[in-house]
Amino acid sequence: MPKISDSSAVVPSILVKDVRKEFLLRHTHSLKETFIASLRKKKISSRFSALDGVSFEVNPGESVALLGFNGSGKSTLLKLISGVLRPDSGDVFTRGRVAGLIEVGAGFHPDLSGRENIYLNAAILGMSQKEIDERFDEIVEFSEIPDFIDTEVKHYSSGMFLRLAFSVAIHTDVDILLVDEVLSVGDERFQEKCIARIKELHQQGKTLIVVSHDLDMVSRLCERGILINKGQKLFDGPSDRAVEQMRAL
Amino acid sequence: MFDLAHAEQQGFTRPGTGSGLADVARHRYLLRLLVRKEVGVRYRGSVLGWLWSYVKPAAQFAVFFLALGIFLKMNTSMPSYPIYLFSGVCLTNFFTEAFSNATRSLVDNAALIKKIYLPREMFPVSSTLVALVNFLPQAAVLLIVCLIVGWHPSLLQFVGILLGIVLIALLAIGLGMLFGAANVVFRDSQNFVEIIVMVVAWLSPVLYPFTLVQQALPTWAFAVYQLNPITAAINLFHAGFWYPTTDGSVPLPPHLYLFASAATVICLIILGIGQVVFRKLEGRFAQDL
Repeated sequence: MPKISDSSAVVPSILVKDVRKEFLLRHTHSLKETFIASLRKKKISSRFSALDGVSFEVNPGESVALLGFNGSGKSTLLKLISGVLRPDSGDVFTRGRVAGLIEVGAGFHPDLSGRENIYLNAAILGMSQKEIDERFDEIVEFSEIPDFIDTEVKHYSSGMFLRLAFSVAIHTDVDILLVDEVLSVGDERFQEKCIARIKELHQQGKTLIVVSHDLDMVSRLCERGILINKGQKLFDGPSDRAVEQMRAL
Repeated sequence: MFDLAHAEQQGFTRPGTGSGLADVARHRYLLRLLVRKEVGVRYRGSVLGWLWSYVKPAAQFAVFFLALGIFLKMNTSMPSYPIYLFSGVCLTNFFTEAFSNATRSLVDNAALIKKIYLPREMFPVSSTLVALVNFLPQAAVLLIVCLIVGWHPSLLQFVGILLGIVLIALLAIGLGMLFGAANVVFRDSQNFVEIIVMVVAWLSPVLYPFTLVQQALPTWAFAVYQLNPITAAINLFHAGFWYPTTDGSVPLPPHLYLFASAATVICLIILGIGQVVFRKLEGRFAQDL
């Protein structure tokens, strides 16, 4: 694990400080609707607090599980760290390259071949042409579909598609890897392979943030668990204890 | 707790905050792939394929030429009217496609924007570049026709052609960012753009000679007419493609290059406004889409 050579303190790779995020649920979707709703004094929107004052730090090389029920705010937190969303107040800081395995395949185009999609998606995840060239064979090998690499992705089975998408995401060169519920990908054998690969990345010193409903897998994969409920942090500590706490909720 | 005051100096970045269009320039490889993807899938599955890029403007040209050139006798009252017409039509098509695609680009790429952070300016810019790629075959046809007729542009006229293309691209990116960002919140924006696009071809001297406008409008209003960046770009195209193929009996608009310079400034201002508005609304894209 690469240690930061600073003698005084370890510099964290993720800093989340007193973060709040509210969602405005808009009930109108055109100017006309807004206008009519305001004439009738109907509610144009309602607020929903997804995160309410969450703080934590993650040090380089740590693997952290975000735990919580549906709607607890853990995916929102992950999106704040990846930069897709911005906090309403509070600060989020990251150090190094961040890539999310958030719903893999978002950038895939069905009319492009597997090869073209690998290049496009790796570039979307922030890789340069040289890096992709270097890793291309590795990506194809991991996905186990070398025979179909020049076939259009729309002809792939859903399993093949997910394997390729996951394979691209897992081979990006990052310091912080965000994993959201993608470990339900493919059959059990491929899942094991993905988990093994994630563990390998962790051993290389990458920082991991994992969101999953598979509590057993998460506690195996991560040392630390942060339990979030209704937008607030309930527990931060060893992952097996976090899982216990969550089951007790 | 870690000292946040100097976070940026210690290599920290705030996720989701980029430097706008400058970031797009930094991600040139991704931009190239996005453009190539759009261009590549455009005619996939069609028999004629890229021929459609020629068929569409050809049909449009034929209709205009029949109605205006022959029925309204523009053909006899103006030298090289087909070239005059086609050069304007090409350029307005470029603007129309670039602007409307850029406006829709964010909504079209909602899946990506909601899941992965990348400089979102990428989408209006790549839409404009895709439109540019589609414009090139038309420009090539125009060039060939001009060469056949006997075309000897001066260096200034040639540079003017390039400036015309740049003006349209800047304007489309600027307006595309503005209306595209607004479109995320209210989908009315793209309908509004359809109206603008419909009017554009008539607000500039594409189908008719500028002299008719000059005669009908007071001097100040004609100056406003010429300040329209699209008019300026079309005038540059006429000066570059059409004028060198005529005997010079029909003049070019007055102060053409002065207005082109003013239009450049206007385009840059619109680009700046587009960028500012875009950045203001950008933080909400992922939740509004």
